[in-house]
Amino acid sequence: MDLNTLWFILVSVLFAGFFFLEGFDYGAGAMLPLLGKSDKERRLIINSFGPIWDGNEVWLLTAGGAIFAAFPHWYATLFSGFYLALFLILLALILRIAAIEFRSKKEDPVWQKRWDIALTIGSAAPAFLFGVAVSNFVTGVPIAANMQYAGTLWNLLGPHDLLGGLVFLALFCYHGCLFINLKTDSPVLKERVEKYAPRLFFAMLAMLVVWLVCMFILSDMFKSVPALILTLLAAVALVFSILTFLKKRPGLAFIGTGAGIVLFTFAVFAGMFPNVMISTLDPAYSLTIYTASSSAYTLKLMSIVAACLVPIVLAYQAWTYWVFRKRITEKDLEQMHY
Amino acid sequence: MDVLILARLQFAITTVFHFFFVPLSIGLALFIAILQTRYKRTGDEKMKQMVKFWGKIFLINFAMGVATGIVQEFQFGMNWSEYSRYVGDIFGAPLAIEALLAFFIESTFLGLWIFGWEKLSKKLHLACIWLVAVFTTVSAFWILTANSFMQNPVGFTLNPVTERAELTSFGQLLGNPHTVYQFSHVFFAALATAGFLILGVCAYQLIKGRERDLFTKVFKQAAVFAIIGSLAVAGIGHFQGIYLVEEQPMKMAAADAHWNTADKPDWPIIAIPNKAKGNNALALKVPGLLSLLSYNKFGQQVEGINDLQKEMTATYGADDYIPNVWITFYAFRFMLLAGLLMILMAVLALAWKQKLLEHGKFLKLLLPCILLPFIANTGGWLVAEVGRQPWIVYELQTVSQGISQVVSAPVVLLTLLGFTAIYTVLLVIAVKLVLKTCRDGMTAETNIGEPPVASAV
Repeated sequence: MDLNTLWFILVSVLFAGFFFLEGFDYGAGAMLPLLGKSDKERRLIINSFGPIWDGNEVWLLTAGGAIFAAFPHWYATLFSGFYLALFLILLALILRIAAIEFRSKKEDPVWQKRWDIALTIGSAAPAFLFGVAVSNFVTGVPIAANMQYAGTLWNLLGPHDLLGGLVFLALFCYHGCLFINLKTDSPVLKERVEKYAPRLFFAMLAMLVVWLVCMFILSDMFKSVPALILTLLAAVALVFSILTFLKKRPGLAFIGTGAGIVLFTFAVFAGMFPNVMISTLDPAYSLTIYTASSSAYTLKLMSIVAACLVPIVLAYQAWTYWVFRKRITEKDLEQMHY
Repeated sequence: MDVLILARLQFAITTVFHFFFVPLSIGLALFIAILQTRYKRTGDEKMKQMVKFWGKIFLINFAMGVATGIVQEFQFGMNWSEYSRYVGDIFGAPLAIEALLAFFIESTFLGLWIFGWEKLSKKLHLACIWLVAVFTTVSAFWILTANSFMQNPVGFTLNPVTERAELTSFGQLLGNPHTVYQFSHVFFAALATAGFLILGVCAYQLIKGRERDLFTKVFKQAAVFAIIGSLAVAGIGHFQGIYLVEEQPMKMAAADAHWNTADKPDWPIIAIPNKAKGNNALALKVPGLLSLLSYNKFGQQVEGINDLQKEMTATYGADDYIPNVWITFYAFRFMLLAGLLMILMAVLALAWKQKLLEHGKFLKLLLPCILLPFIANTGGWLVAEVGRQPWIVYELQTVSQGISQVVSAPVVLLTLLGFTAIYTVLLVIAVKLVLKTCRDGMTAETNIGEPPVASAV
């Protein structure tokens, strides 16, 4: 395996990790108004991801940095091409950070209500937009011979892309529900999760099936055998999650959605390989892991850096999850930050 | 408006906003780590409350730093994608390393610190804030390594096949002399920024007569931060200036509105630069000082803007190589003036601290001084970035070559307005929250970790 392939895999791992980890705190944030009716319930939800959301978000920053360092043309074409979509994601993320940090700084119901709305929008919007982006990754976008994006914002917002956005939103909301179910100890929240999680799952499943059919027609994704297998495995994991959830096994159910998200992300990247940006104008214009990449020197350097640092990062992030493994209760709220 | 101007304005605004918070985060994290070390040694519950009080201000600031920081990483690709293509092979590496090495540690261990007061042992909990402090600084090192490449590109070769600059020596990229000056400059500026904020907040608490002993103690420590920061940044700045006269003579000539090469150049205190005529319409000057500032000795010849323009035209072809002299010149002077006032106030705070602490007027004077480092920080970045123009990477690529080809002016205007609006609103909210925290004082429920101990209230 050459270093270009290695970095393609690493980028896909970073996105898989990002969707898995930030997926549940986006979902929990987006479900805030439906699950948390009182301030206490909302604080329970926010504090359930309080110690870890910032670390989760770094997966996205690192994915961006990794693309920049290993595939500068991918970074340049993607970020300048998806300009307005990225702008909306950035606004949402800024709003979300402020909402989480500022909400608890004032004991004022109006103030808290406003930040709750900001948190919901700031969580739901990126969840939806990342789905739109993934859909565009798979079906491709107009890219000209000079590697430049040759479309407008509207090219990114086809019906199947919007459907992809809804799939991600529903998937993350479902994932977030299971996370809350696992991390909090509140009968009220449990009851509401039990009400919403199955609905979210079946809505997501229905949309996912339609979206996959669209992808089958519109893209070459399923000509790749690994992508096909990974998609099937992801589906099995998701079905596993709803079955275990209904059998009141919250831990297994959460592992199920997590595995589903990770496998599905890998499926998408496997379907693109060896392209990183697929051109709808001419397959020859697509950016690949070779035409978009850095020099051999930089790839080698970054590989050494990643080999040294990634295991350490994984170790201390895992340790953090271990430290905060306990379910939080209303009693804990007195000691909680948010 | 021109897309280039808009994209540059967007970079300027987002960077200046971001850099309101960054130096404060670096300095405050270190300060809090030191306070908490003291708490760990003495077990004094009051000191613990003090740590939490500064922690609250730190977290508001840190959140703003994160919120404004994400845009930084993305806008190289959004607005400057041709730049990203041309030097991404080099420039992407420090950015990725910053994320992998520093962002992960900062965010993870900050979460552990905020929520870990009761969950971790005292030792481990203290280690968390030290990790945050150290790696916030490490983060600054990597991003300044990236910026230093734009100021003084090293360790690369131009590849004619790929038509871009490619990294040939990571060692040279790391050892860029520009990084040494810039990083130490920023680090000590961060100490001063935190020092003056803490001095101001302590002064306010002392005026209100709250916790006199404790805030006096903290005041003294902040005075040490302020004096070390202000003096070191001035000293480093001087030698950085000498270095830049060699590396980027145009930037320094513009910063001093020095138009014509002269043997015993004067240093203008204030001037009215006139680019069309290539001179100053009016200038109040100190005779011969520019030579001393540029070379550490009198009577040395210093090249002027007009002559440098001719030289660069000869080397790089016809273009306007003169940065905006007004902005560069006055940003430099605001920085110097703020820096001098900082040294003066820090000396006063340190030298006569006991007497002055009982002197209400001096304490009140320290409140507006909180702003001085922010003025100096902003001025410094304007000199560094505006003074480099028209280059995006010095003598390698111009800003007009680096801008995205597929992005139009209305779109950049939209995002410029969007980011500016949300940043402004959040800045106002953050400042209000910090003011509220100060008004509440440290005996109020600090909302980090457990509720206040009854005896300590």
